Amino acid sequence: MVDLTQTPPNTSDALQRKLKRRAKISATIRYSVLALIGLIMVYPLIWMIGASFKTNAEMFSSPSFWPKEPTLQGYIDGWKTSTPYTFGHFFLNSLWIIIPKVIGTAISCTLVAYGFARFEFPGKNFLFATVIATLLLPNVVTRIPQYLLFRDIGWLDSFLPLWVPSALAGDAFFVFMIIQFLRAIPRDMEEAARVDGANTLQTLIYIVVPLLAPAIISVCLFQFMWTMNDFLGPLIYISSVDKYPVSLALKLSIDTTEAFAWNQILAMSVLTLIPSLTVFFLAQKYFIEGISTGGVKG
Amino acid sequence: MGGDSKYLGLWFVAPYVLGLVLFIAFPFVASFYLSFTDYDLLSSPEWVGTKNYEKLFTRDRTFDKSLSVTLTYVFTTVPLKLVFALFIAVVLNYRLRGINLFRTAYYVPSILGGSIAIAVLWRYIFADTGLMNMFITMLGFEAINWFGEPGNALFTITLLRIWQFGSAMVIFLAALQSVDKSLYEAASIDGAGPWHTFRYITLPLITPVIFFNLIMQTVQAFQEFNGPYIITEGGPLKSTYLLPLYIYEKAFKSFDMGYASAISWVLFFIIMVLTLIAFWSSKKWVYYAGDKRN
Repeated sequence: MVDLTQTPPNTSDALQRKLKRRAKISATIRYSVLALIGLIMVYPLIWMIGASFKTNAEMFSSPSFWPKEPTLQGYIDGWKTSTPYTFGHFFLNSLWIIIPKVIGTAISCTLVAYGFARFEFPGKNFLFATVIATLLLPNVVTRIPQYLLFRDIGWLDSFLPLWVPSALAGDAFFVFMIIQFLRAIPRDMEEAARVDGANTLQTLIYIVVPLLAPAIISVCLFQFMWTMNDFLGPLIYISSVDKYPVSLALKLSIDTTEAFAWNQILAMSVLTLIPSLTVFFLAQKYFIEGISTGGVKG
Repeated sequence: MGGDSKYLGLWFVAPYVLGLVLFIAFPFVASFYLSFTDYDLLSSPEWVGTKNYEKLFTRDRTFDKSLSVTLTYVFTTVPLKLVFALFIAVVLNYRLRGINLFRTAYYVPSILGGSIAIAVLWRYIFADTGLMNMFITMLGFEAINWFGEPGNALFTITLLRIWQFGSAMVIFLAALQSVDKSLYEAASIDGAGPWHTFRYITLPLITPVIFFNLIMQTVQAFQEFNGPYIITEGGPLKSTYLLPLYIYEKAFKSFDMGYASAISWVLFFIIMVLTLIAFWSSKKWVYYAGDKRN
């Protein structure tokens, strides 16, 4: 961390050159380390994409990611699945789980975070403490009674157990994240709106939500990807194959495909990663901002 | 917000309160109660006192094995992941061209890593004639039986978790970038080398974030399910049979809800004790600079 512009005037040129050279060497070392580790990190993913276009025989014979005779057979056979449904059916199921869940999360978490960040009310400190406690509470300890509850009200084998807790701001992490964003936003504009006669709900919708947009987008993106990846929730609650999301469908394909049909399974795995990857690359900055705010300013 | 009823805020947090009572508080208490019962879903729960816990601690070899595997898994993955995340964040925290590209490359695995697709990929990579063994034999070494040897199997799921160091890294990186640059200049004028600067300036300033990452990663690692469930299926010889797998199978395969609740309370108790130790010890090592961070 040597700042060359502030080198005292009496320093000789030789020293300056030495410092410059040192900075160059440091940069080279950093680049090499980063590139090497980055390659190792990403190679499995690149390889996976390549392998999904290989024949089964080639998959187990060459570690190169480039298929010798590219074929779509893995995709074609994998898409048919061993069930009466195509893989597209499972994609629609995933989407049908995700969309209501994301909308419910965004609305409920915004309302709740607004309540915590902008109002005083009896029991507020206690309730806020429960947000933090829930953040740290392992789900494993509430899972069994939750299952029994959903069983008793007849919600098993439906998407309701996956939707409803989220629609009631059940993901404390998101509430916490929006509160952190709200704390950094000055209240002037909200107060001005109130003076102009807007009620609380109007202030929230027309003033606060636009300012909070980046945070709300982060919440939606994270919820989208977490739900896409979620396996244990559907595994416990969904029992009919026609309601399976892609995560369960993949597990099913491992269990039912003969051991040598790896290209089909990898092809379908690649497909299930595409939505998350697309969303991530389109909206990278929201992820980085979201995770940094939730974490650093905590 | 003058003029508002003092209950207005409660309306906004009402959905949360409802969810808290229905899906957190009630299940929390209920699972504690269930842990003292025998409950097979067919007849109503039958109170058995501390029988479940006695069985867990005295007669259940599977539990002993599962607990020790879980502790090994958590105490290796969490430190390794954090050290690695911090190391990369430090290397990245430098005005390098293309830093965003690297940040993305490192972050992608933590977005996808929890998915079943990646677990499937892992299962293939470490198969007998999979990618890893192809590389190993290409380099002239003997192929390794990844899923047949207990130690190796645990290694594969440990590696999967460390591979997802990106989210912790992004948090570290944000913290590093918020460290006041004038402190580094002052240190450099005083003749401090890079190691001293890191050890005595950077590290103390980012302890709040180290603490945050440590707690979150520990709580998450104790609940890992997808990796061992898909990749190793808990084997061989239960060497990757983490407690969440055991709880899942007891509850949803053998429908032994009381016993499963008791295991989950033991797991919860361990996580809680470790979290409390972390909070208690944080007074000694976490440094809060009068909220001067941005």
